[in-house]
Formats: sequence, structure tokens, C-alpha cells
Amino acid sequence: MTTLGTEDNPLLVAIVGSGPSGFYAAEALFKSEINVKVDIIERLPSPYGLVRSGVAPDHQKLKQAIKLYEKIATSEDFNLISNVTVGTDISVDELCASHHAVIFTCGAETDRRLGIPGEDLRGSHTATEFVGWYNGHPDYRDREYDLSHDVAVIIGQGNVAADVSRILSKTVDELKHTDIAQHALDVLAESKIKEIHVIGRRGPAQAKLTPKELREFAELADCNPMVLEQDMLLNPESAKELEEKTNIGCKKIYDMFCDFSKLEPDSSKSRSCFFSFLLGPKELIGNDRLEKVILEKNKLSGEPFKQSARGTGETIELEAGILFRSIGYRGVAIPGVPFHESWGTIPNESGRVTNDDTVVTGLYTSGWIKRGPSGIIGTNRACSVETVNCLLEDIEKLDDGTSKTGAAAIYAILDSKNIEHINYEQWKNIDAKEVERGEPKGKPREKFTYVDEMLAINK
Amino acid sequence: MTTIVTENCKNCRFTDCVTVCPVACFHYDDEMLYIDPDTCIDCSACIPECPVQAIFEGDDIPEDQENWIEINAEKAPDLPVCEEQMEPLPGAEERKAELGF
Repeated sequence: MTTLGTEDNPLLVAIVGSGPSGFYAAEALFKSEINVKVDIIERLPSPYGLVRSGVAPDHQKLKQAIKLYEKIATSEDFNLISNVTVGTDISVDELCASHHAVIFTCGAETDRRLGIPGEDLRGSHTATEFVGWYNGHPDYRDREYDLSHDVAVIIGQGNVAADVSRILSKTVDELKHTDIAQHALDVLAESKIKEIHVIGRRGPAQAKLTPKELREFAELADCNPMVLEQDMLLNPESAKELEEKTNIGCKKIYDMFCDFSKLEPDSSKSRSCFFSFLLGPKELIGNDRLEKVILEKNKLSGEPFKQSARGTGETIELEAGILFRSIGYRGVAIPGVPFHESWGTIPNESGRVTNDDTVVTGLYTSGWIKRGPSGIIGTNRACSVETVNCLLEDIEKLDDGTSKTGAAAIYAILDSKNIEHINYEQWKNIDAKEVERGEPKGKPREKFTYVDEMLAINK
Repeated sequence: MTTIVTENCKNCRFTDCVTVCPVACFHYDDEMLYIDPDTCIDCSACIPECPVQAIFEGDDIPEDQENWIEINAEKAPDLPVCEEQMEPLPGAEERKAELGF
């Protein structure tokens, strides 16, 4: 047998998940000196993960990261096998038999729970699902959101919380030329929400969104950003944090919150978005649906940059008709792959999958399922480069002596089970149809939101 | 909106920013990095990475650095892409200290 990674014996890699970390892993493999073939396996018919279904529809420029992924996909050693779920349609063992290495880049698909009474009341939702719904993700297509009450509460102050609050704060005119799914736009058009409360457990010096995201709230057509002046008071430790020259991002955010607190609300605007701090959700109350949110006042303790929020016992009540929790994503286990239950990640060392601290030969991971849900799109590039570097270091160990046929083996299994699959060319047909559907509405695209609709395009 | 590299990068070129860029829009010469505005998607990931705070976006660009908008746009397209972190320039640490970081 010739050496693995040469023309006669190319390295065959299966990547599970076609989001940014999957594409960056493919890119890193293609940039290496070795001969490699990559098959990306995706659960949905459509690729690009959270760039398609997470990034907010009014952030079209961010979605242009897809241009780079399209460039990677033009490599003749690249192959997309979508509409295939690893763990049910095809097993991890089968992937290991057909490929020399498998990289799991399947992200963090579910959200963290608040763990408080009333969390499952009607009207209490996860931000993850709401984001998927307005972005046309088929899993959440038929979710129902009752926007008939005038108060909405968002728990969390990260970038997803910012997206959800901004979408609820915008008018139809501000959204109708984005690629927001039509079903969502129709529901948002009827929204009666007048007050949006964005609740953070720590203070205005520790908010986790970016200055750019916060600035967008100052530019809304029909919504005033609101902060109570008394909320801007800092404890000495927080003041110290903001004096630190390297902490310029938090300083900018704090200054912007200060500006909001001094702003005379524009009375011609019908909505208000309140940013509130040092509050933690304690209980959700309601008979058959959410009526009230009980929040506990928090106090910060600890050294600067290590402050944590603790409940003081003092509570306040907020009447609300709908609530979205946005306190972090977590990964979902794949049958046949080690999983760290409490972290919601695949245990690994620099991207090499481990089981009880022993490296599992041939299995790798990257992105949120590797390191947890932190960082933004580009963070995954460095993450995938690290993983691929490990894989390339291990190349001699990856040849187990059996002959491997890569994609052909996968297709044989799928076809024997009558599982419909989509390749990149077929996806491009769906993509073109979406763009075409968007055109008359002045939208960059009108997404297909049901799997069957997407599959029908290539029939 | 534009994201740009400014004065502080000159003679430092730490390139920490490059590792988080989702679209490989940084280009380099012997002195510093530049952002190609046609490739950049304004994700802001690079901004907090810079150890000398040389990168600014849109409304945050200080007035005395606005000339860099044009310099980035003009220089970047003809220079090689910087896709991986490089060694900082000799004297970068000294310059960083001089800049007060």
C-alpha cells in the first residue's frame, strides 16, 4: 500500500456538519500538502449551519462568509452529502469504515435551561428556536409565537439576546428586504409588543454583546433604547474593570448604555427596549400561560474581571406575555461518539476526540461541539486549523490497512436504505430557486422552510 | 461600514487578528496589515484581538485616523493575503510598550 495522503492513496475525511467549522476544516485540509478528499455530511438539505439559520436576517453582510464556503466547495476534492443524519441514517462506525478520519463539527444545537419553576409554561421559549423560526430553519418552521401581549422579556445579554430583542423591536419595513422567512414576517407584522426587557445577571460593565450590536438599538425606526440612570452606578470593582486600557470594548458598551440612560425618549416611537442589569430569573408565573416573571436582584462579588452575580433575596415582578431564554447553547450527543454530558461538548484534546482521557484514533472535532458555544464565526477558523493540524500529525496512524472507498461507500449504504441525499450541485439549484423567489419581494432570497420543498426542486 | 487597520499596526504587525478572520481579508507589507474592504464582512471579530488597538470599525474610527480608510482600500488588493499568524516585526514589543499597551 502506498503512503496515505498521496495521489494513489488519498486521505479520505468525513466531516459531520456543514457550518463554519466544517468548512474551515475542509479549507485547512485542502491547504495542506497532502492529497485529500473531503465529504461533508449535513443533516438538512441546506448547508452553512448557523451562518444560514443563526446569523440574523438583518445582518446580511455577515452572511457573506458563505462566499468563502462556496469557493471551498468548488474544489474537485470536495463533496457535500446533505439531508443525511449521522447516527440514524448512517452510523459513526460506517463512517469510520469508509473514511480514514471523521471530524465532528455539528455545533451546539440546543439551549441551556434556566432551571426555575414555570420554565415550561406556555409563552416561555428558547431564543435558539425563535432564531431558527425567523431564519426559516425547517426544525422550527411550525413553532407558534404569540406576540399579542405588550411585554416581552429576554433573559441574557449576549449577541443572540441582542438579535432576538432587535428583531422584536423592528418594524416590518425594517425587515421586509432581508431574508427573514415570510411566515415569521407575517407574525411579526401583527406584533402588539410595545416593551422589550433585556435582562442581564451582571452589570452594565459586563454585558457580553459587541459595541456594534448595541449601536443598532440607537438607530431603530420605531423603538427607543432605554436604560435607567440609577442602573449605571458601578461598584468599585466594575469601575476598575472599565479603567483597564485593554477592556475598551466593555467601556464602549458602558458609555453607550450611559448615553441611552440620558436620552429623552422620542415620543413618536411606539416601542421601547429596556436594558436592565443585576437581575436573575427566579420564577415564571401564570395559570395556563406566562403572566409574570419574578426576578431576583443580584449583587456582584469578587475581584475585578472575576466578579460573579449572587442573588440578594430581594425580588421584583414583571408582567409579561412572552419570554425568551438566551443564556447559552449546548451540544447534543451523537450515538457512537463520546460526549461530556455536563459541558454539552465532545471530550477532546486540541481536537482529538478522547474517551476517558484516551485518544480515539480517527475521530476529531471542531467548533462549538469541541470547545463550547463561545466566539463568533471567525473563531472557528483557528479552531478548525488546530484540529486539522492534529489530524495531519496523526496521518501515519490513520491507515488501518483496510481499503476505504469514501463517498462511494456512504452512497451505497444510503441507497440501500432508500435515503434521499443531496449533493452540492443540487443544493446550488435550491439556492438559485430561493434567490429567484426573493427577487419580486426585494429580498436577497426567500428560503424554503420545509425539507420536502427543498427536495422537490431536484425532482 | 468599513473596518480598517490604522497607525498603531505600523512596525508591530502582531497578526493576532488574522487567526479569527472568517474571510481572510487581511493583506500585509513589510510594515503592517491592511483590510480589503471588498472581502471584509464587518464581523468585528478582529477588533478585540489587536494588542495595540489598531483596528476600528465604522462609527468608531477616530477622526485623525480616517485617512486609513483610503489607505486600506488602496493597498490591500495588491498585497499578499495574510492567512496565518506571523512572527511580530522586530521591535514590536518595544513599540507596543511605547504605545502604552
